Amino acid sequence: ERSNLAGVQHILLVLSGKGGVGKSTISTQLALALRHSGKKVGILDVDLCGPSIPRMFRVQDSDVHQCNSGWVPVFVGQDKNISLMSIAFLLEKPDDAVVWRGPKKNALIKQFVADVAWGDLDFLVVDTPPGTSDEHISTVEALRPYKPLGAILVTTPQAVSVGDVRRELTFCKKAGLKVLGIVENMSGFVCPHCSECTNIFSKGGGEELAKHAGVPFLGCVPLDPQLSQSLEEGKDFIQEFPKSAAFPALAHIAQQVLDGTWQQTS
Amino acid sequence: ECPGTSSAQAGRAAACQGCPNQSLCAGGAAGPDPDTVLVLSGKGGVGKSTFSAILAHGLAADEAKQVALLDIDICGPSIPKMMGLEGEQVHQSGSGWSPVYVEENLGVMSVGFLLSSPDDAVIWRGPKKNGLIKQFLRDVDWGEIDYLIVDTPPGTSDEHLSIVQYLSAAHIDGAVIITTPQEISLQDVRKEINFCHKVKLPIIGVVENMSGFICPKCKNESQIFPPTTGGAEKMCQNLNVSLLGKVPLDPQIGKSCDKGQSFLSEAPESPATSSYRNIIQRIQEYCDQRHFQEDNTI
Repeated sequence: ERSNLAGVQHILLVLSGKGGVGKSTISTQLALALRHSGKKVGILDVDLCGPSIPRMFRVQDSDVHQCNSGWVPVFVGQDKNISLMSIAFLLEKPDDAVVWRGPKKNALIKQFVADVAWGDLDFLVVDTPPGTSDEHISTVEALRPYKPLGAILVTTPQAVSVGDVRRELTFCKKAGLKVLGIVENMSGFVCPHCSECTNIFSKGGGEELAKHAGVPFLGCVPLDPQLSQSLEEGKDFIQEFPKSAAFPALAHIAQQVLDGTWQQTS
Repeated sequence: ECPGTSSAQAGRAAACQGCPNQSLCAGGAAGPDPDTVLVLSGKGGVGKSTFSAILAHGLAADEAKQVALLDIDICGPSIPKMMGLEGEQVHQSGSGWSPVYVEENLGVMSVGFLLSSPDDAVIWRGPKKNGLIKQFLRDVDWGEIDYLIVDTPPGTSDEHLSIVQYLSAAHIDGAVIITTPQEISLQDVRKEINFCHKVKLPIIGVVENMSGFICPKCKNESQIFPPTTGGAEKMCQNLNVSLLGKVPLDPQIGKSCDKGQSFLSEAPESPATSSYRNIIQRIQEYCDQRHFQEDNTI
C-alpha cells in the first residue's frame, strides 16, 4: 500500500526554540514563493495549541473531509497549488482550547504525518510550535522513514531568542536532522515615513549564531507592516507586494531552497 | 487526607509529605499565602517572560516585600538571562533547593539553572516536564514570600495543566494574559482565556504588548503588528475581561532583557515604563482586594 508521503519529493521542517519569531510566517511565505516558482507545495501545521497556518490563508473556517487514503487537505490559492493540514480544521469552535497532554498530541501528530492524502507534491513544509518537546520528538520520529531534507531554524536577532535557538540546534543534532540554515527574522524596521532604521529587536544575533554553529545563514528579514497586514488578511504577500521591505529577503530564502545546495544524494 | 489549605495543620500533617503544595501551605501557616500570579499567553513571543521579569523588579522595588519568580518554561527558559543570572547554578541544602537571588528580596528559579551549557537542550516529553514542575513547587526553599510570579511557556498543555493542578485554585490569585495586537495572536489568546475558564483560574486581566512603535527620528507611529480585528481592547470587551494596559514597542526593552537589567531602571522616561508601572499597580490593587475579600469572609 502506497504511503501518503510517497508522492512528496522534499520535506522540510521550520523550527525555532523560541515562540513568536515567525515560524508560521516563514512557512507560509516560503510556500507562496515556491508556488510562484511553479512548485506544488503542502504545509503541515503540527502546532496543536496555537495553529496559525489556516488563518494566514484565511481558511480557518474550512472543514476537512475523509477519502479512502485518509484526510483530504484544504487547497488554497487560485490554482489550488498549496494544500494545508492543521488541527484548526478539526476544531468545532475556533476559540476552543486544545488542552491535551503529550500522549494525545503525539497520537494526532502520527495521524497527521501518515493519514493526509497529499498526492504529488514538490515540497512539504512542516510548521512546528516552539520548544523541544512532544510535538517535535513525535514529528521527527514519524517523518524519519521519509528522509526529510532538514530544518530551517528561525530566530529574531536578540540574545534571548538566540539562546533558545541554540538549544534547538542541539535538538536537530540529536535527532539527526540536517540544519538547512538559519533565518534572522524581525531584523530591523525601516520607518515608512522617514526611512530611519531602528533595530527594535537588536540585530545580528541570527547571523552570529549561524557562524558559531557552522550552519548556512539564509538571510535577514526586516519587520514589515505590510507583511503583518497580509498575514492578517490571508493575502498573498509574495504576489501582491514585491516592492515591500521583506520581499527580497523572503524571495532569497526560497531561491536557496530551490537551488538545493543541500540536495540529498539518492 | 489533606487537612485543608487554610487549616493550622496545612503543610505540616503527615498526609502533606510529598504534596507539591506542602511548602506553600507550611509557609502559609505562619503567615498569609503569597499573592500568586501566573503569566500566560496562548501565543509565543508576545512578552510573557519580559513582563514577568519587569513585574518581579517592580514588586521588589518595595524592599519590605519578598518576591519569588518561578520560570516553568522547561524548553525555552528565558528568565535567567533576563534577570542577569545566566550561568548561575542551583544549590541544595537541607531545606531544599535554594533559589538564585537577584536582590535580597527577589529570588528566581528556572530549569536554566540546572543546565551546564547554553547549548543544552531539554528534550523531554510531558510526564518528565510535569515531574520537574512538581519538584520546583515542592523542593524550592523560598522562605516566606509575599509574591510568587510564575512565568509559563506558550500554549495550553502539560505545563499549564500541571501548574494549575499542583498549585491548586486555592493558591493562585489570578492570571495575567499577554498578547500583541494582531489577530494571529488574539486567536491563540482567546483559547488561553477559555483554558482559564475551564480550569477555574481567575483572570486579572490582559496586557497588550508591542502596541505601536514611535519612530525615534520623526515621531510618527507605525502599527507593526496591526490590530486588524480591534486588538486586545475589542477582545477584552467581547470576552468581559479587563484590559490592564497597552505597552508600546521600545528597542530598549529588548536591550535590557538581553543585558539582564531591569528595564524600569534603565529607561525610566520611556512611555513603555509608565505603561508597565500602571499595569503593575493594577495587579497589586487586584491582589490587595482579594486579601480584603478573604479576610472579610468567615
